[in-house]
Parts: sequence; C-alpha cells; structure tokens
Amino acid sequence: MGCGRVGAQLAAMLDEDGHEVTIMDREPYSFRRLPPSFGGTALVGDGTDEDSLRRAGIEQADAFVAVTQGDNRNVMAAQIARHIFHVPKVGCRIYDPLREELYHTLGLETISPTTVGAKLLKDLIEG
Amino acid sequence: MYIIIVGGGKVGYHLATALLREGHEVLVLEKDPGKASFLCEQLGSVCVRGDGCEARTLAEAGTERADMLIAVTNEDEDNLVACQVAKHKFNVPRTIARINNPKNEALFKKLGIDVTVSSTNLILEHIEEEVPTHPLVHLLTLKGGNLEVVEVKVPPNSAVVGKRMKEIALPPGSVIALMIGKWGAIVPTPDTILEPEAQLIAVTRPEAEEALRTAITATKGV
Repeated sequence: MGCGRVGAQLAAMLDEDGHEVTIMDREPYSFRRLPPSFGGTALVGDGTDEDSLRRAGIEQADAFVAVTQGDNRNVMAAQIARHIFHVPKVGCRIYDPLREELYHTLGLETISPTTVGAKLLKDLIEG
Repeated sequence: MYIIIVGGGKVGYHLATALLREGHEVLVLEKDPGKASFLCEQLGSVCVRGDGCEARTLAEAGTERADMLIAVTNEDEDNLVACQVAKHKFNVPRTIARINNPKNEALFKKLGIDVTVSSTNLILEHIEEEVPTHPLVHLLTLKGGNLEVVEVKVPPNSAVVGKRMKEIALPPGSVIALMIGKWGAIVPTPDTILEPEAQLIAVTRPEAEEALRTAITATKGV
C-alpha cells in the first residue's frame, strides 16, 4: 500500500524475486514510479478501506506492507490487515519515532525511517 | 471533568462550546493555525495548536490527567490514532472517536476505542426518518448484540395484511415487538392479525434487515 519511492522500489524488488505482488495507491499517477519490467498488479484504491483491500486480494495475502506518506494511514491499514484479515506478516512505516515506539509495543512490526536514517547518518559522521 | 478534544473544525468547536457551558475543563488540539486562533478568539484560551496524534503534544496538553479524549477530525485514521495513543500511552479512561466511513465502526471497536459515533450513519438515519415512503426505518442500534431496532410499515396491499403473526415467515433472529395500529400500540401474540398500514417495531440483525422488509412488504401474488 503506497506507491511512493519506497513502495515502488520494494514492489519491484519483490517482483524480481518471483513473488506475486499487488501494489495499491489512491493516485494512479504514482504508478509511473514502477519499472517497465514490473510484472505484478497495480491497483487504484484506498488501503484503509476494507473493500479496496479485499479487491486487492488481501484475504489470500501472505504479507502486507503500509508505506504511504501518512503515519496514521499506515497504522490504520496495518491494523486492518492484522486484526480484520489476519495477514501473517504485516509491516508498517511510521515516521514519528514516538508513535512508532507505541505501535511496536502494541505488537505491530514497525519501522521508523527517521530513527534508522538519523542513526546511519550519525554513524557516517562519527565513523 | 478534564476533556481533550482533537480537531477544532465545526464539530470540535460546537462540542467544546457545549462542554464548557456544562462546566467542564476543555482543551482543543487543532493542527491548523487559522482554526486554532479562531477557537481561542471565540472561546478563550482553550485551544492549542498542535497534532493530537503526537505523543509530545498530548503530553504537553496534560493528557495523563484527562478523564476523556474525544477525536472529531474529518479523518478516521487520525481519530483512531489519537484515541489509541491517549489510551495506551496516557491511560485515558474513556476515548470517543468520530467515524466518517461507517465501515470502520467494527475495526475501531475491535481496537479498543470505547465509543464510536458514525456521523455518516446518523445523518442517513435522520434523513430516512423524514422520507415517508421508505418502508423500513432504523430506530436504534443495540450495542454488543449485533441487533437493531427498526420500524416497518405494513403496506395496504401487502400479502401479510389479515394474516396472523404466526403465519408470517420472518427471517431468523427477527422479532416483531410491537404493532401500532388503529387501536393503539399492542404487543402482538401469535394470533394477532396484521392490520393494513400498521407500524411494526421489530428487532432484527443487520444482515436480515432486507429479508424482514421483504417479508412484511411483499405484495400478494409475488
């Protein structure tokens, strides 16, 4: 869910590895970021809407990743995937480190690019 | 009571006004600087500019001593997160979320939001009540049991007119609790005869609603 830079690249990488990939975005223009070789499905839809997720085949999915620009949208979509559709593996990007910490303790698999990025840059400068 | 409201739009503004009038301590969190300063001009210093989904803003607002947090923004995901952060990080005893997309009601309940208010459903219900030809009207959703109370009008040409209650094939889980006809309201027995144009108050499950409507309103020969 979310065909930004991260979403598009992740989808392309998983597709290359031979996985069956569906990528969703509310804005069809975002799909320009997908490489021409992308063999998966690109679907216009709202990842916080259960019907859109069903249309994307979430009921058969082994994994779901939420990487839109909105932390709250990601959090909500990830919780729908986990608690309504019981997707076995759910990943969620949360920019805000405090929110990331909270949802991590609530049992979501979360990544905060803010924390990770700051740490990498710190290591780069100090190392 | 100390009540925090997340979202200072129309709903937030009027809610804050009403709660202040009742003598509560109220704080509104609003992201938009224009809206935030408008609220302060109108209601005194009861509004702080900030994102009510951010733990830091909520900490500054003294959320740990709040008795209640009410999230009424236009975005369901923001309302969800504001309530979850309040509940899990600050142990706010009661969280209330406005829901714009009625489909989210079940999710919010499952995720532990204490009370949900679906503005879209409320508007639809009120409009339905005002449409006289509509044969089925929602009166009430019963919490917990997945049940609702509805009103169905018996059309004069319905196949059930003149039949006894026990002869009507109601969908499973549906009960006619009251019949309001020309002799007033009666609690129907299995032998009560259905009058034309009577109002029936029934308890049913949302998924059986359509079958109930058909059972009461289908005309003869159909």
